Amino acid sequence: MSDIVPFVVFTLQAAVRAGTPLLFAVLGDILTERSGVMNLGIEGLMLVGAISGFVASYSTGNLFLAIVVAMLAGAALGLVHAFFTISLRVNQIVSGLAITMLGTGISGLWGKGYVGVVAQRFTPMRIPLLSDIPYIGTIFFNHSLLVYISYICVPLLWLFVYKTKYGMTLRAVGEAPEAADSRGINVFAVRYFYTVLGCSITAIGGAYLSLAYNSMWIENMTAGRGWIAIALVLFATWDPVKALFGAYLFGGVTALGFRLQAIGADIPTDFLRMLPYLLTVVVLIFTSTEKLRLRVGAPATLGIPYSREEKT
Amino acid sequence: MKRSLLLLVFLLFSFSLIAFAVLDVAFVYVGPIGDHGWSYAHDLGRLHIEDVFGDAIRTAYIENVAEGAEAESAIRGYARRGFDLVFTTSFGFMDPTIRVAQDFPDTVFMHCSGYRTAENVGTYFGRMYEPRFLSGMLAGAMTTSNIIGYVAAFPIPEVVRGINAFALGVNYVNPNAKVHVIWTNTWFDPSLEREAAISILDLGADVIAQHQDTPAPQQAAEEWGVYSVGYNSDMTAFAPEAYLGGPIWNWGPYYEEVIRDVMAGEWETHEFWGGMDTGVVDLLVTDLVPLGVEKLVDVVKRTIVAGEFHPFVGPIYDQDGELRIEKGEVPTDGELLAMDWFVSNVVGRIPR
Repeated sequence: MSDIVPFVVFTLQAAVRAGTPLLFAVLGDILTERSGVMNLGIEGLMLVGAISGFVASYSTGNLFLAIVVAMLAGAALGLVHAFFTISLRVNQIVSGLAITMLGTGISGLWGKGYVGVVAQRFTPMRIPLLSDIPYIGTIFFNHSLLVYISYICVPLLWLFVYKTKYGMTLRAVGEAPEAADSRGINVFAVRYFYTVLGCSITAIGGAYLSLAYNSMWIENMTAGRGWIAIALVLFATWDPVKALFGAYLFGGVTALGFRLQAIGADIPTDFLRMLPYLLTVVVLIFTSTEKLRLRVGAPATLGIPYSREEKT
Repeated sequence: MKRSLLLLVFLLFSFSLIAFAVLDVAFVYVGPIGDHGWSYAHDLGRLHIEDVFGDAIRTAYIENVAEGAEAESAIRGYARRGFDLVFTTSFGFMDPTIRVAQDFPDTVFMHCSGYRTAENVGTYFGRMYEPRFLSGMLAGAMTTSNIIGYVAAFPIPEVVRGINAFALGVNYVNPNAKVHVIWTNTWFDPSLEREAAISILDLGADVIAQHQDTPAPQQAAEEWGVYSVGYNSDMTAFAPEAYLGGPIWNWGPYYEEVIRDVMAGEWETHEFWGGMDTGVVDLLVTDLVPLGVEKLVDVVKRTIVAGEFHPFVGPIYDQDGELRIEKGEVPTDGELLAMDWFVSNVVGRIPR
């Protein structure tokens, strides 16, 4: 059974690698949704992040710039979503779906000229000392820079949301906008800010796919990860730390499926492929009723546009 | 007055004749042409005929067409707009193509990879197993760990046939090597396909082959410092240090032939399943392959093209040791098209 240790280690390493794009998407979405704005546009945001980052890297060779461009592109789409849902008070679900379609279309059109080329990419880099720790080093500290950034983002966001004044403002706007408003908080500005910021972080998830995980642009290369991320936000109950576990769990299930096949285990692959979605359905069931949603921590006014004149 | 009117009528008539002489050709693609794979290869064929015929044809295409009802409306749309020739390039477009063809008897339809024909519907496909066999020879010659990874798409006969041909090619030069199959159930999800390749690389594979449309497994092999065998089109740019070559599609010459036939009014319904002799499929070999191996592959290629050698010539045993193809026998096209078992040096199962 000496083979079992490397098997587990490599599978966990793959879980981190495959889970990171989901993690960025979920972290961004948590920020947006905490402010009370529902965002179903993740798939489109990721695609726009993937193509814009790729184009920037291809044209300039500067990866730092590529991430900035991806975030700006995500922010631009986020601004559209914010304008429609916060200013015009359009149905947030409809606007989110529109963002997905818009992002898919824009990325496909923009990407036409970038098929079949390779750009500068984030290569795995070992972190000195940390990567020498047996097992842990291989699992966590032998990845690309974006993965390490995501490690830092998780505790930072957690501290921000739960332990800072700004985080409390964010949560207040999502839970009870009238109360926040009466305390002098500009609900519209807060929602605008976190929608745009969240969308730009989500876009990094897409850029990870085209600049770190792979080094290419392929139309629709997110392949549904945006939808999984939406389910993961519920799964994580809008908590950045749980988001980490959720993302790695989803990434790990796929990796495990491949690895079981690779050693010739006779398992039905369809079943393994189904597992993440099955988990999603279970989570959706658990968070479907209003009572349960509130208990697990869903922002109370998620999906409800705020208006000063109307009582909700 | 009368004379000028006549002249006008004559002019209009001749213009309409010129307009009529332009052949309108439409392509219906299942994926984005940006997939760098299947639909991309078909679109290279479209660009080829545009080059060849210039103003004599007009082409149009629609991408990302879902199989089923959406396909039928896309195909019908082209037929209704008066297109003379419509290529439908996915297996799932078969029934919609046949249905539309019944309503537009004057339009020629060509369906790729199916088996239903009609008076005005022909089918076409390539014997990809021929270059796959050769690409297996490349892999078998280059491996030292004797572990070869094959990232497989969907468990359908076409993919199974490809894996078997590849494994037979491996066995031809290296009876000790095994081909490990990982199913992804995707055509273009680069991240997933990359992960599937890594799962076998972690086990010590030193050549990675694939059936999907994205070059992601190639890039994984490049990063691990081992070799890779591609598919569909030239993938050198993605893995210059790994890409040994691979089977490729080359639809251009065939499309050219069909259009010439239609223009000359000589087109008849047919079922085309072309091998390397027709140029529809071919093997691409890069400089990473040693000269000796390249020469060996070339000799075998010539015997296949000449019809002297068939990749599936028996005796061939399946994974359970059962004799599937008798010594000296060659499977029929029907048997090839329905293949649902693995040859003996494949590790892995076909999901059922």
